[in-house]
Amino acid sequence: MTEPVQATPTPIEALADKGPLEPPRSQWKDVWDQFRKHKGAMFGGGFLLFITLAVLLGPYLWQVDAQKLDIRNKDLRPIWTALWDAGAKTAWSRPFGTDQLGRDQLAQIIQGGRTSMAVGWAAMILSLIIGTTVGVMAGFVRKADGLLMRLTDLFLSLPILPLLLVAVTLFRQPLREAFGPEGGMFVLIVGIIAITSWMPTARIVRGDILALKEREFILAARSIGTTPFRIVQRHLLPNVLSPIMVSATLGLATAIITESALSFLGVGFPSDFPTWGKMLADAVQRMQQFPERVYLPGIAISLTVLSVNYLGDGLRDALDPRIRGR
Amino acid sequence: MLTFAVRRLILAVPTLLFISFVIFMLLQLAPGDPMAQVPLTVPPEVKEKMRQALGVGEPPLVQYWKWLVQVFWIEPKVFIDYLTNSSTLLGWLPDTQLYQNELRVISWQTRSPVMDIVIQRIPQTLWVVGMAYVVGILIALPIGIYSAYRQYSVFDQSGTFITMIGFSIPPFFTGPLLIVIFSVQLGWFPSIYDTTHVVNDWASLKYQLQQMILPVMVLALQTTAQISRYMRASMLDNLNQDYVRTARAKGLSEAVVVTVHVLRNSMIPVITVIALNVPSIFGGAIITENVFKVNGIGQLLITALFANDLPMVMTLTFIFAVLIVLFNLIADILYGLLDPRIRYD
Repeated sequence: MTEPVQATPTPIEALADKGPLEPPRSQWKDVWDQFRKHKGAMFGGGFLLFITLAVLLGPYLWQVDAQKLDIRNKDLRPIWTALWDAGAKTAWSRPFGTDQLGRDQLAQIIQGGRTSMAVGWAAMILSLIIGTTVGVMAGFVRKADGLLMRLTDLFLSLPILPLLLVAVTLFRQPLREAFGPEGGMFVLIVGIIAITSWMPTARIVRGDILALKEREFILAARSIGTTPFRIVQRHLLPNVLSPIMVSATLGLATAIITESALSFLGVGFPSDFPTWGKMLADAVQRMQQFPERVYLPGIAISLTVLSVNYLGDGLRDALDPRIRGR
Repeated sequence: MLTFAVRRLILAVPTLLFISFVIFMLLQLAPGDPMAQVPLTVPPEVKEKMRQALGVGEPPLVQYWKWLVQVFWIEPKVFIDYLTNSSTLLGWLPDTQLYQNELRVISWQTRSPVMDIVIQRIPQTLWVVGMAYVVGILIALPIGIYSAYRQYSVFDQSGTFITMIGFSIPPFFTGPLLIVIFSVQLGWFPSIYDTTHVVNDWASLKYQLQQMILPVMVLALQTTAQISRYMRASMLDNLNQDYVRTARAKGLSEAVVVTVHVLRNSMIPVITVIALNVPSIFGGAIITENVFKVNGIGQLLITALFANDLPMVMTLTFIFAVLIVLFNLIADILYGLLDPRIRYD
């Protein structure tokens, strides 16, 4: 028999840790650290946050009605034109100027941003839901795979912009009667953008699910009697989250651009309802006299989309474990 | 390879049929009535006859079948007749006279065959869009190659930034912006594309080039942004490969290593991307044509939509779908031809 072991063995001096151990690092902390290194993505995320807050809180801070006609103060130039052109019609109460009907441009930009961002977010989320569902179904249920992927291929070979134009002009009237002029258009544009943009997400998700479902942890989950629904919810979806997030940012950018393009071509929201694309389209007629009416909404669209694209770029790097930590 | 191509071609037929069916049924739901502009004094039975004459009175499936016959049987006959009768290329063949005055796809706006109008409009679109695509590719390839070769250099960083901007600024903003700068402030180029302009001497050729520059610039910005990103990524993949080190170790010059060894291998995915992007360029041209008032097929589609000219819309959308399916096929086949590692059978 050996000596009885001491209840509390004294640690070897040389192997003892100098200070307290670092708390364990989680995956999301790693992601955040990598994300912070990408300057463009930080800037993009910051700007997106800023513009979202601006359009959300803007109407409370700048309490001018975007629709109010003020015909005496029509065609005011923005306040900074006074810097080089002292004779220009400007007013401190209308810092971004007014349009040909005297509507305040700053309030219109905020209002238009609300619409554009709402359409972008709603269309992106809807298209993600469709794409993820189709992708998971195709990857997980073998019988559905062939059919669903054929369907995806078919949708991919549809001419998107012509079809969007066709669908919007055709269904404008019935949906307006059902949901009101603005609500109907919102439902229509969001629905149509979502229906025509879910295919890339579905393909990526299907590919990842096909690879994941052969892994041991799925086998283990199945062996303890987990239902297929729980397997998808608990084990598969969290693992495909990163490609979904990256395609979400791309989806947001395309949705905003598509909505503006539709408004620009004159098939978007009703004429008294400002969106960025619509403001730009209305201003093109008189852009020689009032160039700021073209470039203010144009810059708003471009900067938002640019920041979303940079955000997506940074997210892709941060969520890819092969790049992370290098 | 040949079996694959044939199989894909055969598979494209049901795809196109299905797409045309979907578009047709979508248009059937259209609330607009082609008789809406007819005065109320016209008695209803006459209106009914007019509707029959336009082919609207029949059940949808019959209408769809008739459209299919018109597009796939009667229009090719007209086209073959044109080829053997009046074209310079095949005019030496005996006149076929296949077309026996059957009803062609008739536009409700102009009451003339849709295909004739499309043939009139296509050259404008092809000139502007095709030129823009070629220019975009020619700019994009050197940018992509050089920024991959000097990764993280100032050139690469600024190239990345500019391509990001090219991705993000929509053509309906760059169009007016360029018009304000170049035709209003500087007065260098005309802001409207004049399609009636005839090129017959050097001065008119110069004018033609001037009016093409702005639309080509707008479209080329988008192309350049996409293709140069792909080119850079593909070059980066190849530059770290072992065969590049071998080539350098053999004592080949850098120019040969980059342009012969790396570039040839990197072009494989880029060429398929170039083929895949052709249809989307046509789609994007709808907006650019609208900005610069080019009367190409995109502008034709929009005017037809607003005028509720369903046969025209149907045929044009179908042409866009054919372009997409065709170029997907071309991309797949090119990929197999260029890369001997890809085996389809």
